Amino acid sequence: MNFSAILTPLIVMLGLGLFVGVFLGIAGIAFKVKVDEKEEAVLKALPGNNCGGCGFPGCAGLAHAIAQGEAPVNQCPVGGEPVADAIAAIMGTTAEKTEKMVAFVACKAHCDDMTMDYDYYGVEDCRMLSFVPNGGPKSCNDGCLGFGTCMKTCPFDAIHVVDGVAVVDRDKCKACGKCIEVCPKHLISLVPYSAQYLVACSSQQKGPVTMKQCKVGCIGCGICAKNCPLEAVKVENFNATIDFSVCKNCGTCAEKCPRKTIVKQY
Amino acid sequence: MIKNLIVLSLGSALINNVVLSQFLGLCPFLGVSKKVKTALGMGGAVIFVITLASIVTGLIYKGLLVTFDLTYLKTIVFILVIAALVQFVEMFLKRFVPSLYSALGVYLPLITTNCAVLGIAITNVQKDYSILEGTVNGFATAVGFTIAIVILAGIREKMQYNDIPKAFRGMPIVLVSAGLMAIAFCGFAGLL
Repeated sequence: MNFSAILTPLIVMLGLGLFVGVFLGIAGIAFKVKVDEKEEAVLKALPGNNCGGCGFPGCAGLAHAIAQGEAPVNQCPVGGEPVADAIAAIMGTTAEKTEKMVAFVACKAHCDDMTMDYDYYGVEDCRMLSFVPNGGPKSCNDGCLGFGTCMKTCPFDAIHVVDGVAVVDRDKCKACGKCIEVCPKHLISLVPYSAQYLVACSSQQKGPVTMKQCKVGCIGCGICAKNCPLEAVKVENFNATIDFSVCKNCGTCAEKCPRKTIVKQY
Repeated sequence: MIKNLIVLSLGSALINNVVLSQFLGLCPFLGVSKKVKTALGMGGAVIFVITLASIVTGLIYKGLLVTFDLTYLKTIVFILVIAALVQFVEMFLKRFVPSLYSALGVYLPLITTNCAVLGIAITNVQKDYSILEGTVNGFATAVGFTIAIVILAGIREKMQYNDIPKAFRGMPIVLVSAGLMAIAFCGFAGLL
């Protein structure tokens, strides 16, 4: 048994590895780049989910931009006011008040509310349904498909499919916007947390068509618009929209809606 | 001597082009050749790292491995050394030349996985080059890589406006172009 044939390479490789390791370690300390203290503090104040909702690559990217003064201190949609205040204190400025936003799914059609064209057995992903006939088994082509792509995407466990339609948990939602990106029907949007009355339908079909397809869809009758004391509700393309900057949450529209499409949030 | 080096560098830059005739470093060649600007950045980083790696691996091979009769370990030792070298170069540039660091950006760490670097180190050993020859060979090879990737990037930039048959869109037409480039580079074979 020739032990030196094993030992020599072992020692040489160990020595080389050790040298490289120590060398890189020392170089790492010697060439350490000073990171802005503010940047580190801001990074600590951020939630650290790395969700990308702010539009920067992760929390570190946002921290860098804030420390450089390229992004406002309240850029983080997840942290909201407390985080914005903390960062403002670090940066020595005051945060502008931001309105808390939440995601909202503009569809409320449960399984019993709408008609189906056919049964679908296939990949359980909403985005796949653009490949199947009629954009999915439901008669309504604008409504929630209910396969929960948004639910799988949500990093905060704040959106769930309940009885065939996605519902946002308003307290858990951090308005990061992930679900908005993945929803192939573009049903989800950010609305102010304070807005109490929302139109839970996106159908742009004419009234009679919607009437046949869905028990709770907006038929564009315009009763809400006529009854709104502030003219905050408008009906365009057979679908009602509420202007949140005008709406005072009086609830008249929801009361008068014959289809109960306008829902009160709680 | 100098004539030898010139012949050597012409040979490794054009005739035995690292991508087009040795098929090394294809991943960055196809991956980073969408724009001439980024291709140039990648080429610059490759020149920098291959030249350095040729010197260092040459020294280690001649000084360490040959002395201890461990030449069979060259592959693993070279991988280790190249990875460490790229790391060190990255740290060094970040500290002292931040402008170059941000210009090279993500391409610098990407080079660790570029098989051309290891390929050159091993070619140097196999052909029994001296350290000077090995360095020149490494530099010229990297220049050849830069030439190839910049030409391909230029072709791809122009190709965006062409009406390409549907089946060929994307990677297929790039590979076809790369193949045609390789055939064109065969023309250099009669140069020496």
